[in-house]
Amino acid sequence: MRRSRAGRWWAVALATAAALALLAVGILWHAAGGLQGPGVAATGTAAALQPVSHVQDTGTVQRGEYLARLGNCMGCHTAAGGAAFAGGRGIETPFGTVYAPNLTPDIGTGLGRWTADDFWGAMHHGKSRDGRLLYPAFPYPSYTYVTRQDADDLFGYLRSLPAVEQANRPHTLRFPFSTPLALAAWRTLYFRPQAWAADAARPPEWNRGAYLVQGLGHCAACHAPRNSWGATVDAAGLRGGMMPVQNWLAPSLAAPEEAGVSDWPVDEIVSLLQTGQTPRATVSGPMAEVVFGSTQYLRAEDARAMAVYLQSLPVQAGRHPQEVPAPHAAVMERGRAVYASRCAQCHGDAGQGRDGHFPALAGNRAVNLHNPANLVRMVLEGGYAPATTGNPWPAGMPPFNQVLGDEDIAAVLSYVRNAWGNRAAALGAIDVYRVRERRAPG
Amino acid sequence: MAPRMLACAACHGKEGRSTPEGYFPRIAGKPVGYLYNQLQNFRDGRRNYAPMAHLLRHMTDAYLWEIASYFAAQDLPYPPAAAAKVPASTLDRGAQLALHGDAARGIPACAQCHGPALAGGGSYVPGLLGLPRDYINGQIGAWKAGQRRPHAPDCMARVANALTPEDIGAVSAWLSAQAVPPPSSTSSVSLPLPWPCGGIGAAAPMKEAP
Repeated sequence: MRRSRAGRWWAVALATAAALALLAVGILWHAAGGLQGPGVAATGTAAALQPVSHVQDTGTVQRGEYLARLGNCMGCHTAAGGAAFAGGRGIETPFGTVYAPNLTPDIGTGLGRWTADDFWGAMHHGKSRDGRLLYPAFPYPSYTYVTRQDADDLFGYLRSLPAVEQANRPHTLRFPFSTPLALAAWRTLYFRPQAWAADAARPPEWNRGAYLVQGLGHCAACHAPRNSWGATVDAAGLRGGMMPVQNWLAPSLAAPEEAGVSDWPVDEIVSLLQTGQTPRATVSGPMAEVVFGSTQYLRAEDARAMAVYLQSLPVQAGRHPQEVPAPHAAVMERGRAVYASRCAQCHGDAGQGRDGHFPALAGNRAVNLHNPANLVRMVLEGGYAPATTGNPWPAGMPPFNQVLGDEDIAAVLSYVRNAWGNRAAALGAIDVYRVRERRAPG
Repeated sequence: MAPRMLACAACHGKEGRSTPEGYFPRIAGKPVGYLYNQLQNFRDGRRNYAPMAHLLRHMTDAYLWEIASYFAAQDLPYPPAAAAKVPASTLDRGAQLALHGDAARGIPACAQCHGPALAGGGSYVPGLLGLPRDYINGQIGAWKAGQRRPHAPDCMARVANALTPEDIGAVSAWLSAQAVPPPSSTSSVSLPLPWPCGGIGAAAPMKEAP
């Protein structure tokens, strides 16, 4: 309650401040280059029109390319079917949509006029070339930990890309979130540039993992809870939460009953990051995108370092009640019938899975998760595990959106969550309805 | 591949042979290059159907080619065509357009590109028979509306834009009421096609499947 009251107070305060400061903001706005998208340099003097020359050795470009994979830069900075790194994908937030800008070295629409210092300003300080503040949909609260050397290599790689002329799409944020003042206020509250500092008490491998997880990997962008202002809370804890607007639950990486790996062998964590599938877990939803675009490319030693660090996260114990009431017998009976006709062919009569293609449901954490949002999404939308070098021909689940009604989905999931030793809260049709209506796939 | 492709059966029927439900097209036995192009188009947003885009989002070109090859290799009998529920005059108009086109309005016959038996041919030109009428209407409408955008040049959009709603209704009624010819008559498309079409001969990624 305290948070929502504080949220209202801030809304009033920000709106008032925005109104009072209109003149000042207007002056600053014009000084900062006026109505231009983020990441686009203001038109400057004739001298500034000359592209900055860079010495790009092959090593820098190769290191930078690998770092771009680790940060999954392409994931947001490429529209579906569009030119790589040319921007245009919309990142939906509770405050409106932020469109990722063009990172190719095009002079007019990309980073053609940027210097390595400008790029460092974006990564480390969250500021554009002309000093404007960037929206934290660009995860600079994580990227601020990236070292100057890595940022320079990354920039060297971006400079080596073919220039693509593609104008940035303006953000569609609501007032007052669209104002520089709101962003300045947000940063005052929630952002300080940070230098990466290794923990001398830990081995180098652990520190490398911590650097990758907290920095370029920006795991906290999804796996840390966010407050009502969209700021991550205890980013290093990675205690999970609902992803705003997307409505996937990013499970806690610190809770063994969610996605914590404190009791997993390091090799299996590595395997999940590199292939997207292990005998006891398959990535789906936004994590499938992360494995597909980023972690499958991890070098063995980096995958191991991340695994070692994730395994060492302080465990969150007993956050959910262990005892839940069993579903009604009629619900179990209906669910059993739906399961037999729709699910058993692949997942087995006893939820044991099949052939390594189809995951076991008995004892599956994703099935027993306290919050069933992801489970309902899987039934409604289906999905394939990502095609990776380690798992190039994955199997998939069909969408049941148009086949099964809310009552049947609630019944079959209640059954699956309470058969073969599973025990988790039953679902009602309203739970399915909420997930179904909140957002269509895509 | 068969277990990996079970997810497709929920809509496209067992082994991709379609279902009686109407909208979802049969994919079994379609030309491999055609299927590959469509899979890419769904994944990359040139065809708009969110459930397909969702399933294909994290797939490589190599895997899409394997999927296309799997369904292209399915040689399964077709069910008998459903009887047309339109007046004979509409069917006649549909037959005229499909087999002879309308030279006065610059509309080519379907048969000019899709073969005299309308069974398609080669690796990239699909057959037009054995498809539900709703699906045919939906696709021609999507070309007209810019919702289905293949590789340029978009020959089918050119055709679709020349058709009136009455033309579309007639040609879909006639096509969906025709019996599917035996497979021996399927390789009857002669290249080059009368109009330039994108996506013909798109390069296949080379990768072995299990």
